[in-house]
Amino acid sequence: MRRTWILLLSAIVLAAGPALARDTVVIYTALEPEQITDYMKAVRRSLPNLDVKMLRLSTGDISARFMAEKDNMQADLIWGVGATNMLVFKNAGLLEPYAPKGFERVQPLFRDAANPPAWVGIDIYMSAFCFNTEVAKRKNLPRPTSWADLTKPVYKNEVVMPNPNSSGTGYLSVASILQRMKEPEGWAYLDALDKNMAEYTKSGSKPCKDAAAGERAIGVSFEYVAMKMKKDGAPLEMIMPAEGSGYEMEANGLTRKGKDSAAAKQFLDWAISDEAMALYAKYFAAVSVPGFPVPEGLPKDVSKVVYPNDFDWSARNRERILAEWQKRYQK
Amino acid sequence: MSRRGRSGASAAIPDAVVGLRTDAEQWLRWALLALYAGFLYAFVLAPMVQVAWRSLLDGEGGFVALANYLRYFRTPAIAASITNSLVVSSAAMVVTVVLAFVYAYALTRVRLPGRGAFRLLAMLPIFAPSLVQGIAFVYVFGNNGVFTRLTGVNIGVYGAKGIVMAEVFYCFPHAMLILVAALSAADARLYDAAATLGASRLRTFRTVTLPSVRYGVMSACFVVFTLVITDFGIPKVIGGKYSVMATEIYNQVIGQQNFTMGATVSVVLLVPALLAFLVDRLVQRRQYALVTSAARPLVPGGGGAARWALLVYCTAVAAAVVGIYAVIVTSSLVARWPYDFSPTLRHYTFDTIGGYTPLLNSVEVAALTAVAGTLITFGGAYLVERCRSPFNGALYMLSILPVSIPGMVLGLAYIFTFNAPDSPLNRLYGTLAILVVSNVVHYFTVPFLTATTALKQMDPEFESVGASMGVRFYRTVWRVTVPIALPAIVGIGMYFFLNAMVTLSAVVFLVAPGTELAAVAVLLLDDAGETAQATAMSVLIILIGLGVRTAHAVALRGVTRRTQAWRTGPSGPPARG
Repeated sequence: MRRTWILLLSAIVLAAGPALARDTVVIYTALEPEQITDYMKAVRRSLPNLDVKMLRLSTGDISARFMAEKDNMQADLIWGVGATNMLVFKNAGLLEPYAPKGFERVQPLFRDAANPPAWVGIDIYMSAFCFNTEVAKRKNLPRPTSWADLTKPVYKNEVVMPNPNSSGTGYLSVASILQRMKEPEGWAYLDALDKNMAEYTKSGSKPCKDAAAGERAIGVSFEYVAMKMKKDGAPLEMIMPAEGSGYEMEANGLTRKGKDSAAAKQFLDWAISDEAMALYAKYFAAVSVPGFPVPEGLPKDVSKVVYPNDFDWSARNRERILAEWQKRYQK
Repeated sequence: MSRRGRSGASAAIPDAVVGLRTDAEQWLRWALLALYAGFLYAFVLAPMVQVAWRSLLDGEGGFVALANYLRYFRTPAIAASITNSLVVSSAAMVVTVVLAFVYAYALTRVRLPGRGAFRLLAMLPIFAPSLVQGIAFVYVFGNNGVFTRLTGVNIGVYGAKGIVMAEVFYCFPHAMLILVAALSAADARLYDAAATLGASRLRTFRTVTLPSVRYGVMSACFVVFTLVITDFGIPKVIGGKYSVMATEIYNQVIGQQNFTMGATVSVVLLVPALLAFLVDRLVQRRQYALVTSAARPLVPGGGGAARWALLVYCTAVAAAVVGIYAVIVTSSLVARWPYDFSPTLRHYTFDTIGGYTPLLNSVEVAALTAVAGTLITFGGAYLVERCRSPFNGALYMLSILPVSIPGMVLGLAYIFTFNAPDSPLNRLYGTLAILVVSNVVHYFTVPFLTATTALKQMDPEFESVGASMGVRFYRTVWRVTVPIALPAIVGIGMYFFLNAMVTLSAVVFLVAPGTELAAVAVLLLDDAGETAQATAMSVLIILIGLGVRTAHAVALRGVTRRTQAWRTGPSGPPARG
């Protein structure tokens, strides 16, 4: 027993040591590991004085972690977490408004309306259908082109989408459908869609991964995952629905704990700089500052394919919509 | 006992001296017991009280009494998830315990060729993160799985059937570990008596074997049931539309950051576990010591036809395990399962997650968990079992409570408890130490029960003899109890090590920058769509597990042979008293 305590104590001492280093900044992020590796090379070059300590988890995990720590915050700033979650943080009073240098370049749609803003968006990704052409051929399924197509009986048990109760992206799809079709009609559409739904997955990227593995024919997911799976060699086609895609945005914000941290502010300034935007633009359909090239295979003008998303409306109505959704579709 | 010479030589030694020593010894026992109670309080009870308290608050921290519970039970979808949870947990429990019992019986009571290999293969399911096993199940039985495509039969893996299958696979080693411990201890005299009285094999099995392992079977049932009811990893991957309580917690906590509802569901989830605990206590009361000091160990018999049947059975089980693992290994070595089978090693570079650092962190945490966990569980089991005190019932209960805490809830509870600004233990937060503690607690129950089973089967007379000879209790423990229980202790250490390598649900809330773990990397990679890299990382985790397991077995072979000679050797036990 005593040996255990010695072990524990030495572990504490070992772990507490590096915390004394200067210019340390603790970052919580949900960006993909692949992108972070790329971005961090630039960070080390441009911000050599920073000692970046980063925790990277999925959007849901990192959000739960950040919210659970609110009485004794660990993170100085949030980098690249879904806007829906940033709104929740803001409403819980966990964010410290801060206007990073050059934030006026960010399109107003992609930042918090308040000045100074609590959060500033960096990238946008859109709903897209992942369509497995191999499964389609085997089962003789036509190529869907619109949200309306997905309710056709031919797709029975072939469609998957994320569960809005467990996935922020899932909620965003539902919210954007309700915004576009207005409420009674929107629910009628979701009822019809439910008849074809094989499963509501827990995570937002899973539907596309299931389609890529040939487990399902159609996964309602996001363009970023679709492109990636395709690049990896899955027999996938990415389809942008004709009615317009819902979209989600990833955003940055200063936390209450990072309020007085010059290092955190320095990082947030960099995170919307032209250098950073050029890097984000390698991966996303659109970045929040206009004028950066769009990656191969994605629509040139995002504003033509997205349906405007009212993030505030989505946040305000969340509890009501989720309760209604559960009542209808969770058996 | 050279020291005894002094007091032994003189009959005039005052009673007070002996009394003083017993007193000192008693104080030491109580001090250790208090230390153990302190550990359970700080790392099990206090965090759980936090959770229970939160279930009575609303989102803003206002007291709402039972409002959350009312809301919970009034949601119709939720009632279904309770029934669903009970159904899959009971089904998985029955199937697992029956399968594992036959397997453990074959390993311990029949002279089976290759017993070591069979034992190792059956342990494999705790060598890899359950997430990856879920993926492997889909790769085999999914709509586009190998089995489905080769046979044209789609068994419908998404749903209750798939959950039960994958849970049986995942829980098998847990049940087997307990049952092997239970079946290892047997008194040959009972079997001789049965044979002399002309009892048939079946009757002997029913009247001697079964009653003697009743406690082990009950423990195995209890552990499997609670493991299944609290697991969300498998339902998440292959649950399909079938919703269970654990995934409901996931929806609340991860999906909506609604900790109060998450806490509410967690508390409800403790109810079946508490009921199981009560049943367990009732059965346990009737258990008796199997290895009395006069016991003679049972030598595994030949078994005739039964032996062949059991060999076929064990081979089938082992083959199923190996099959799933072959799929995991293969998928990590090909470009893209199931569409591009060209071999590649590129999934092993891990260039996006900082290379191999998480793996090294995991090994460190797992090793510390194994050492700390073994000391605490075995010590705790000994104290609870052998040092009578009015609090033992409560300590026992707290010791087996952890299995019914879903990992996610434990992780969250640790944040609430140890990240509080005024907590004296908040220096632990963000360190490797808290990962070690959370692993020890998360996997506490099975080792504790294993140790208790081992101790219960050992006659307390060993200690009485030691005490009457004036040997201090810790010497008896070190010289007699520990050597006799060594196989169980070795098993406990390995169990902690392996589980600490693969566990995810609790540590995902406790990893900090600089303490990244391999299993968390698996989750991240899978989440990012890098499934092949996730399986590659799992393959490395499995290899480390196998390496450590092998090294351990080799190093301990000599020691085991020496300390366990009494179990199999013709010389019999040291028949003192």
